Amino acid sequence: MALEFEKPVIELETRIAELELYGKENGVDMTDELELMSKRLERLRSETFDALSRWQRVQLARVAGRPTALDYFAKTFTHYRELHGDRAIGEDAAIVGGLARLEGRGVVVIGQQKGRDTKENIQRNFGMAHPEGFRKAMRLMDLAEKFELPIITLIDTPGAYPGIAAEERGQAWLIAQSIQRMTRLKVPVISVVIGEGGSGGALAIAVGNKVLIFENAVYSVISPESCAVIAWKDVKEAEKAAEALKLTARDLLQFDIVDSVIPEPKGGAHNDANMAAENLKKALLEQLQSLESLSTLELIQQRSARFRKLGAIEELA
Amino acid sequence: MTLARFFQRRGPKREQSNDDLPDLWSKCPNCGAQIYNKELEQALRVCPKCAYHHRLPVKKRIEALTDAGSFELTSGKVRSVDALKFTDTESYPSRLERTKKKTGRENAIMAGRATLGGLRIQLIVMDFEYSGGSMGSAEGEEITRAVEIATNEKRAVVLVATSGGARMQEGALSLMQMAKTTFALEELGAEKMPYITVLTDPTTGGVAASFAAIGDVIIGEPGALVGFAGQRVIQQTIKQNLPEGFQRTEFLEEHGMIDMVLDRREHRQMLADLISALTNQPTVEVKATPVEVTPPPAKGGLFGRRG
Repeated sequence: MALEFEKPVIELETRIAELELYGKENGVDMTDELELMSKRLERLRSETFDALSRWQRVQLARVAGRPTALDYFAKTFTHYRELHGDRAIGEDAAIVGGLARLEGRGVVVIGQQKGRDTKENIQRNFGMAHPEGFRKAMRLMDLAEKFELPIITLIDTPGAYPGIAAEERGQAWLIAQSIQRMTRLKVPVISVVIGEGGSGGALAIAVGNKVLIFENAVYSVISPESCAVIAWKDVKEAEKAAEALKLTARDLLQFDIVDSVIPEPKGGAHNDANMAAENLKKALLEQLQSLESLSTLELIQQRSARFRKLGAIEELA
Repeated sequence: MTLARFFQRRGPKREQSNDDLPDLWSKCPNCGAQIYNKELEQALRVCPKCAYHHRLPVKKRIEALTDAGSFELTSGKVRSVDALKFTDTESYPSRLERTKKKTGRENAIMAGRATLGGLRIQLIVMDFEYSGGSMGSAEGEEITRAVEIATNEKRAVVLVATSGGARMQEGALSLMQMAKTTFALEELGAEKMPYITVLTDPTTGGVAASFAAIGDVIIGEPGALVGFAGQRVIQQTIKQNLPEGFQRTEFLEEHGMIDMVLDRREHRQMLADLISALTNQPTVEVKATPVEVTPPPAKGGLFGRRG
């Protein structure tokens, strides 16, 4: 389903395709018309996508059809072997992970997984993990550390699940423990926000040596909708809230919350998942190379120093 | 006389008539008992009739958990900056300014060196009166620095938590404080210095889901609300009523999430016992704090906030 602001672009694309087909079927030379319309399409694309508002990026970050963690595991990596269970209570399908190869090199991958249709969304609880999900993530981190494999985490969640069972089983505790586990990991960790970075549930698996973000992904302490309810007592003010929260890739780069931004195909990653996956691979290889020379101690120190400097404060006399 | 002047004259007179006499009695919101304020103060604001825990002001908390005169403030040196240029119904700097006027503090943290029964500690107390104890960059920085002092000087850290969570007005910068503080606590742990958290009402969101939950020992005050998600959010998500006592410390103890629910009046001795045991020092008997009795806060300030 197309987003409102994407519609003019998609309409024009459809018309061009129709005209092309008409020309072919009827033996009419449409070259001039097509060229003109293609130019217009380019212009329209630039107008639409070069200056997206923060709210539009939130919509793109959540759009149905945007590549998910499992899509990247399949396209960016090879030989993905999924592992299940938290070894304590159960299996949480909102967090996926296992072993994979990145250009032949063994890695452990962990990611939040939204559903790609309604049925899968229900199975995966819309990518909102319970405590079991975070315990599963930690168990995979242990595995990576034991076998000295780098860890890649892909972040895409509205947040940790706010429910009775989740609270009963210690949602806050498991998020805290997962953050804590990541602070002392002896292997390189790269975290990438691929879609929606929703608060504590996102951070729980995002304490990387490097934190990257896709061009149209967002990362925030609270969703624009919840922020709107608190600040303006009206969920309809979500657009205003998105602007206020400064949650886009460009904003976060400015605050040093992310180290670099991964470009997306024009119009968003959902328009060309293969290209998005290639861009991710390139970014991961580059970052991994920069971390390879670091010793175990240096890796922990670098990660610690990276987070130590985050925040906006002024010293008082 | 104009109407405006009429009101001007009446205003101050009205105020005078009520509040210049000290409130001698309070009504316990839990059992309804009339409590003599002096008695309530001496009991660390625990109801003498039903043991309901009223909210305890930060300075009282510090008195209650340290040897008299030992507390040396190390916090208060940083202030949050409005990096997001956040404005909703009010700009963030204006909000901060108002909160500063109300509390006399630059941020929601009070931390400092102290002793407890002679044991060297670093005490960190969050202030719910300051923006609901919410955690922004300044709060994260204060906690981190306080823990760093403890790591360098080999002090045990006692952290009294209360917070609505990460502060919305600082966006993802607030969120990052969860990780920043955790890194500092890991360094403290590497020095084999104990980290004990006391969870008070309420402790939720990003604070519950980071440093508050990773104490070597976790103590909960009776009846305190502690959890990741707020109750309204959960209710809206699941569309049903929440069970009785949900997310209260007694519930958390039952579910294995905290070590104990303990009456505030017993925290001193318990903390001393835990710290001395964990650092293998001789046991100490901690004398009860002489509680200084001050006039109660203005009406509606501290009472009856717990729903």
